[in-house]
Amino acid sequence: MSDKKENDQIERTGAQCVVEELERNGCDVIFGYPGGAVLDIFDSIYSSPMHLVLPRHEQGAVHMADGYARATGRPGVCLVTSGPGATNTITGLATAYIDGTPMVCITGQVPLPAIGNDAFQEADTIGISRPCTKHNRLIRSVDEIPEAIAEAFYIASTGKPGPVLIDIPKDVQKQFTTMQTPEKVQIRSYTPHFEINNKEVAALAKAINKAKRPLLYVGGGAITAKACKALSELAHKAQIPVTTTLMGLGAFPETDPLSLNMLGMHGHATANIAVSYCDLLISVGARFSDRVTGKASEFAQKAQIAHIDIDPSSIGKSVRVDYPILGDAREALEHLLPLVSENKHEKWLEQLSELKAKYPLKYTVADGDIATQYVLEEVDRICQGNAIVVTDVGQHQMWAAQYITLKEPRTFITSGGLGTMGFGLPAAIGAQLGQPDRLVVAICGDGGIQMNAQELVVAVEHKLPVKTIILNNTYLGMVRQWQEMFYERRYSGVVLSQADRPKNERIEESKPVFLPDFVKLADAHGMNAIRITKPEDVRPTLERVFADRKPWLIEVMVETETNVFPMVPPGMSVAEMIID
Amino acid sequence: MQHIITALVENKPGMLARIVGLVSGRGYNIETLNVGPTQDPTLSKMTLVVPGDAHVLRQVTLQVSKLVDVLRVTDVTGKRHIDRELILVEIATESVAQRTEILDLATLFDAEIAGVSQCSITLQLAADSNVISDFMLLLKPYHILDLSRSGRIAVAHTNNGDSPA
Repeated sequence: MSDKKENDQIERTGAQCVVEELERNGCDVIFGYPGGAVLDIFDSIYSSPMHLVLPRHEQGAVHMADGYARATGRPGVCLVTSGPGATNTITGLATAYIDGTPMVCITGQVPLPAIGNDAFQEADTIGISRPCTKHNRLIRSVDEIPEAIAEAFYIASTGKPGPVLIDIPKDVQKQFTTMQTPEKVQIRSYTPHFEINNKEVAALAKAINKAKRPLLYVGGGAITAKACKALSELAHKAQIPVTTTLMGLGAFPETDPLSLNMLGMHGHATANIAVSYCDLLISVGARFSDRVTGKASEFAQKAQIAHIDIDPSSIGKSVRVDYPILGDAREALEHLLPLVSENKHEKWLEQLSELKAKYPLKYTVADGDIATQYVLEEVDRICQGNAIVVTDVGQHQMWAAQYITLKEPRTFITSGGLGTMGFGLPAAIGAQLGQPDRLVVAICGDGGIQMNAQELVVAVEHKLPVKTIILNNTYLGMVRQWQEMFYERRYSGVVLSQADRPKNERIEESKPVFLPDFVKLADAHGMNAIRITKPEDVRPTLERVFADRKPWLIEVMVETETNVFPMVPPGMSVAEMIID
Repeated sequence: MQHIITALVENKPGMLARIVGLVSGRGYNIETLNVGPTQDPTLSKMTLVVPGDAHVLRQVTLQVSKLVDVLRVTDVTGKRHIDRELILVEIATESVAQRTEILDLATLFDAEIAGVSQCSITLQLAADSNVISDFMLLLKPYHILDLSRSGRIAVAHTNNGDSPA
């Protein structure tokens, strides 16, 4: 315990510093998995008011912290041991890094004198995590800890947010320090904020006022920057239609007549056509990813391009930019607003609404089969845009993006950049812990759920009423779709059922029928579960289960070989989109 | 085209790995790299020579600038600057005549004699990249026993009002 000498001379151990500084930085939930090199920190957590959540795998811890951060906007915090504990976080850190999630990850390390000696559970965590963190740091002296943690939260949550990792050797956790919390964090080599350049804003405003067919293209950065209100004001004032990326879903209400929904590889046809025909594309907090642009050299060819971004390296990286604006999206839009004149763009909006009518989302399904799209329509109907929808990665993710109507920011949580299968369930658990009063629905496939299914028990033990929907098409559906379209239906490594496997993947064609039996799996974890096999059961079952305040696993046996459309084939221009 | 980039960074452990990892991880090559302390003991200066077009170099510069411990990155290629490289080269001297030839060459280039043995001579030359490559060309006919190059280092020329990098 701390040894009080004088008021300003309180001695704390490194481990106590870690826990108290986390609390001081607003951490109320910590996702931690113990081990030899973090025993001291876990000992300090024992008497802390922080809610400790024990995932069943360190990857789960990071995705939970990620889901918590995306649902709340506050940094997620996780704590793991050295060696395998730290290496197991890497996928989660890379997921958070590419999508810009604020996160602080504390890893234990072997004692300082043991570093470099191939000690038990030693890994070069700093070296391994360097390319998938915004910043990382090895603590060499206990005196560094208060400052290091304050800096970690500051770096994680400013500029383009991202994960920051702090590696703390076991002996440093035991040492005593009188070092106090720094009053102010200032890092001379780190510039997270840029003054908006008024000349650049004026030039863009002029271009907007002149444009006949302007289009706002909005990414996750608008949500991070809390720019949604300013975005809506700009869109309405000048009557500019809005399309969002996968990460930008929720930044602009899809119920608004100006919304063109999502663009990109599996975006709405109207959004992609609008990009090809607009004369001014205004990008707000989006990074022109290959899943949005298709063939970048043919992207928005008729348009001048404006790019508002907090990340200087993002501007001009993939496409030529005529109006670069470096800075916070909300500030930039607020500077822009008074300079933009009211406008109507009647002809342009009329053309777009004709396109919307011509190319609605559609699907067909055989009698008696359940279409995934139908299940998602029912989820959407029940939730009315009030739920937090968390997805895994694959076909179901794209259908969720298409069929769930997003109305507000932070209600669609998905691994956009890295495309991490196994993200959905733990991220939903983290989101529910951050937003205990909201309905949280995890939309998963039968492939991805198995990558982190061990976390079902966490929802049960913390009484988190997450509704986990497994859309079971007995395939790794998105890969199967690509194999069908581009590899002559040679279904290699994607068949999850017993039937129709390639010869070298042959298994016993007898029982069990379900591989695995997800209802039994949920049962083993103490979770309520139900399997839906008939279309007429979808609505009543979902209504009943969503109204229950308990965690539920709902497995829906959906049509097996449906493809996601529209689709811009990889490497092609958006004009070569396949509609259905 | 080769670009010379200078980076002023925090003098902290792992900085070199951070920069090299970033540049190579994004698929760019580093031709030469030099690191050393500055007049401020808390800062180090790195000079990187990176081949690539303007777009590649803009990305390298911006990505390196983004690192938390990097204060300033400058692509000095298009700006007024002074750059130098130091080479140490040991050349076999099979005869007195050959040694004389090499000494002549050294005089022409203002290279210093760093060491002499019975059958070799070691020269030291600090010069800009053009002079170094001319020198290396003229040494081609001889038998080079060992060669070390420091990689280029550069400072911005402050007379024209640019801030030093």
